[in-house]
Amino acid sequence: MVGRLSQRLIHSAILLVVSTLLSYLVSSAALDPRAYFADRQPPPPAASVDRELASLRLDEREPVLDRFAHWSWHALHGDLGRTIDGASVNDEFGRRVGVSVRLLLIGTLVGTGLGVLAGVWAAVRRGRLPDRMLTVFSFLVLSVPTFVLALLLKDGALQLNQAVGHTVIRYTGESTPGRSGGLLSHLQDRAGHLVLPAATVALGSIASYSRYQRGATLDVLGSDHLRTAQAKGLTPGRALLRHGLRTSLIPMTTFFSFGFLTLFTGSVFAEQIFGWPGMGSWFMDAAQKGDVNSVVAVNLFASVTVLLAGLVADVLLVVLDPRVRRG
Amino acid sequence: MTGGAILEVRDLHVSLPGGRRSAPVPVVRGVSLTLRAGEVLGIVGESGAGKTMTALSLLGLTPPGAVVRGSVRLLGTELVGLPVRELAQQRGRRIAMVFQDPLTAFTPVRRVGDQIGEALRIHQRPRPTRESALRRAVGLLESVGVPEPDRAARAYPHELSGGLRQRAMIAMAVANRPDVIVADEPTSALDVTVQAQVLDALAVARKATGAALLLVSHDLGVIAGAADRVAVMYAGRIVESAPVDDLFSRPRMPYTLGLIGSVPRLDDVGTLTPVPGTPPAPGTAPPGCSFAPRCPIADAHCEEAEPPLARVSGTTAVAVPGAGDRHLAACFHTGTTARHTAQELFPPAVPGERSGGPVAGSKPGAGAAKAAIAGAKATAPGLRPGADHVLRITGLTKSYPLPRRSGLRLRRRPAEALHAVERADLHVRRGETVALVGESGAGKSTTLSEVIAFAAPEAGRIEILGHDTAHLRRADVRGLRGRVQLVLQDPMAALDPRMTVGAIIAEPLLAQRTDKARAAARTPELLRQVGLDPSAAGRYPHEFSGGQRQRIAFARALAVEPELLLLDEPVSALDVSVQAGILELLRRLKRELGPACLFVTHDLAVVRQIADRLVVMYGGRTIESGGVTEVFTRPRHPYTKALLSAVPLPDPRAERARERIILPGDPPRAGGGTAGCLFRARCPVYQTAAPEARALCERETPIPAGRSADDPHVAACHFPYPDGKAPLRHRPASKGQL
Repeated sequence: MVGRLSQRLIHSAILLVVSTLLSYLVSSAALDPRAYFADRQPPPPAASVDRELASLRLDEREPVLDRFAHWSWHALHGDLGRTIDGASVNDEFGRRVGVSVRLLLIGTLVGTGLGVLAGVWAAVRRGRLPDRMLTVFSFLVLSVPTFVLALLLKDGALQLNQAVGHTVIRYTGESTPGRSGGLLSHLQDRAGHLVLPAATVALGSIASYSRYQRGATLDVLGSDHLRTAQAKGLTPGRALLRHGLRTSLIPMTTFFSFGFLTLFTGSVFAEQIFGWPGMGSWFMDAAQKGDVNSVVAVNLFASVTVLLAGLVADVLLVVLDPRVRRG
Repeated sequence: MTGGAILEVRDLHVSLPGGRRSAPVPVVRGVSLTLRAGEVLGIVGESGAGKTMTALSLLGLTPPGAVVRGSVRLLGTELVGLPVRELAQQRGRRIAMVFQDPLTAFTPVRRVGDQIGEALRIHQRPRPTRESALRRAVGLLESVGVPEPDRAARAYPHELSGGLRQRAMIAMAVANRPDVIVADEPTSALDVTVQAQVLDALAVARKATGAALLLVSHDLGVIAGAADRVAVMYAGRIVESAPVDDLFSRPRMPYTLGLIGSVPRLDDVGTLTPVPGTPPAPGTAPPGCSFAPRCPIADAHCEEAEPPLARVSGTTAVAVPGAGDRHLAACFHTGTTARHTAQELFPPAVPGERSGGPVAGSKPGAGAAKAAIAGAKATAPGLRPGADHVLRITGLTKSYPLPRRSGLRLRRRPAEALHAVERADLHVRRGETVALVGESGAGKSTTLSEVIAFAAPEAGRIEILGHDTAHLRRADVRGLRGRVQLVLQDPMAALDPRMTVGAIIAEPLLAQRTDKARAAARTPELLRQVGLDPSAAGRYPHEFSGGQRQRIAFARALAVEPELLLLDEPVSALDVSVQAGILELLRRLKRELGPACLFVTHDLAVVRQIADRLVVMYGGRTIESGGVTEVFTRPRHPYTKALLSAVPLPDPRAERARERIILPGDPPRAGGGTAGCLFRARCPVYQTAAPEARALCERETPIPAGRSADDPHVAACHFPYPDGKAPLRHRPASKGQL
């Protein structure tokens, strides 16, 4: 187990290096920081633009590999460079990472949890109304792009608030600025702000997980070992819970590591649309400004989380299925 | 031994949903049976007869959508229509089940001991703790003969062998001392030596708990050895039921007679009686007796009315519903059946199968075939001079690299390998049939695939028709492929479903560059030869039954008049009455066309019927070979002797008298570089041998040797049985090699 894990970690580290290099190369090629400086009013003299670009190591006239070498040397020492406005990327990263991690964690937990439950429920009620409704729901959600979904939710909340007469669901920011009151009141406020972004992130997951879990559960429902469990004297429901659920989750672990990427993309839109100061909205801003260092920092965060999700999926698989434990 | 009725089944009907917009399919049609305390009732029948569905419906475990009518009374409690919760209380406590495949029947992600313990924790009150349930599970495992029960209880199902898993399944079934155990084909997925252990464990568990056993099996040998009474099922009904001796010695229903006559026997080479045709598919049973279309003595009456299951007395049948000990048969002509033998009613000379379309009316074109062969032989390049062997394998070794263990490694370790075949020797002479037998993992299939690879083996030498495969050119390979043909186990998988039968049969000829017209001209003759109507050529494989498809596969193999026919379990996927037809076909083809055959099988009774010589494999090594009669009557290797003794006989009296050597443990996956004799861990001779004799078995790998230098009967054992009775204890029979 330890050997397997350490091998896996080494693979992850290699992947991380490759992905960082690629994201640096792509952002350097695609983004145009010079335009950000040159477009200011009044137009600054070319020499001062050159000076600023050089000080940020963003000058496209310097070979990109040299720039990457400089950046990665500092990154190895814990310094991710400066944003295009001269602030520390590290500081910005620190302010924003918690927001995104919260959203991603809640989205993942709610998405997988509800998705698995809905899938099992649909499988047990196969062909009946709940199953059909869930099928329709899943296909609707999966066929609507995340940002459209977020806008629809926002609009729905707006209408609800207007109908009720006061603000039930908040859709801007992570919390109400300057709100006074105790811890409970703060939590309540945060929860109110969380509903829509979390729903945006989780809905897609619920839709896709429930489809996969439904299939996995149907496979298990027809399996010999579930019949054995019933022959021992377990009622069908208990047999499924004790003997079917865990086996049906085994194929889901593979899906988890892939599904996380979609979830991450969804969170970028959710942050932007609901005004959360997280990594996703930073990424959007930075990409517009041509802020290479910030974009690379967000990509680094994305790589780490995706690789972590893969690692979690691997560990889950080993925990769930004794047949893969070896060596 | 037997007491009052414990389980009473009356007029049980089970229908399965037939899919969208079609009517439900009846699979069990009016089954009545009585199981008394301590009794073993065998249910026997071929695939599709409704055995398994009957067994499942007793516990209410029919698949979703199934409709069950009738009555199942377990100690006075009606189980049909019982609410789920109350039914669950009966299951596992008063009626328990042992399933066919113990790998899929256990939950793969939970420990075996916990799963057995769970059966206790569901029903025992006060509820035992997890620990005490686990302790009792260990005791249960020990009681069914599981070695190291502690370790087995802690293992996951995939970590145990098939035999151990099935014994654990039995331990789980008897955990709550049920009144009735239902066992559905409990040994069908197991090797024959392991089957013997499991049947033994089942008998032990049954005696310890006093449970009555309903044993469902397609294997008449298993039924003959274990059952007190037998019910024969056909097309969803019980067609005959009687005490086991009566049923086997005086069957009254023509189907039973044909079925018993079609079983190949280990202790006898007789004429097998194939029952023509195939059983009706569920839902398509004719209005009258469902066996009437295949029955040689059916008359108009049989085709109009379905005969009731009635008591047999002399020549008339008197209806006595629910009679226990009596001989019942569902036939209008029980008297006629009683006056005939199976050979008289089902003459094996009838080529082909009668129902299902292609009917062979005319005699097969044997003369034409012979003429064709003679012509072909004259032009085909013959054997190299001096070679009367069509196949000669010496010292064949084939290993597969094992997947390397994961984890960090700084130094490269040599990859471990699984030796599937190790120094195997085998030869087939012209016109001879050699059976290659062994249990799973013995290396039979690997040997066969090495032969058809037409390439240099890893080690050793393969000579096909006098050509060493290590020195073949491409042109040689093409030529040889035309002279060596293959018939596989599963005829459905082996025939391209999108090709017509005619195209399938012509393909090997076209591959040998015969022109199309001549290939097409051969097709009707080939079809007649295998007992099919030439009109079959225009149809597709799915239109034929399993037996007919295997006949098509034979026709394809014979198209190029091969000198060597390789047969890989050609009858194992078939029902026994159909199998008999294929074996008769093979005998006839051998007589008329005379190809040499290498017949790979695990079924020793089939070997006895068909082979001239046999080669026994164990753990990748060939451990005994010789003439069939010689080896069967005087086996010299202790493994061969135990293997032969483990085969159940389809005759209750012979079965009771049979000497049983129950080997401990499981067949090895493969030997692989092990020093000494591979069999010694299970060997009864080794177990009782003196220390110095044991040392020899541990140190030196025995090489095959006969009693004299030119003895064709050889065994790879240091202490072979000299005459099949007592083993030699002191003198090594052969000089071993290191």
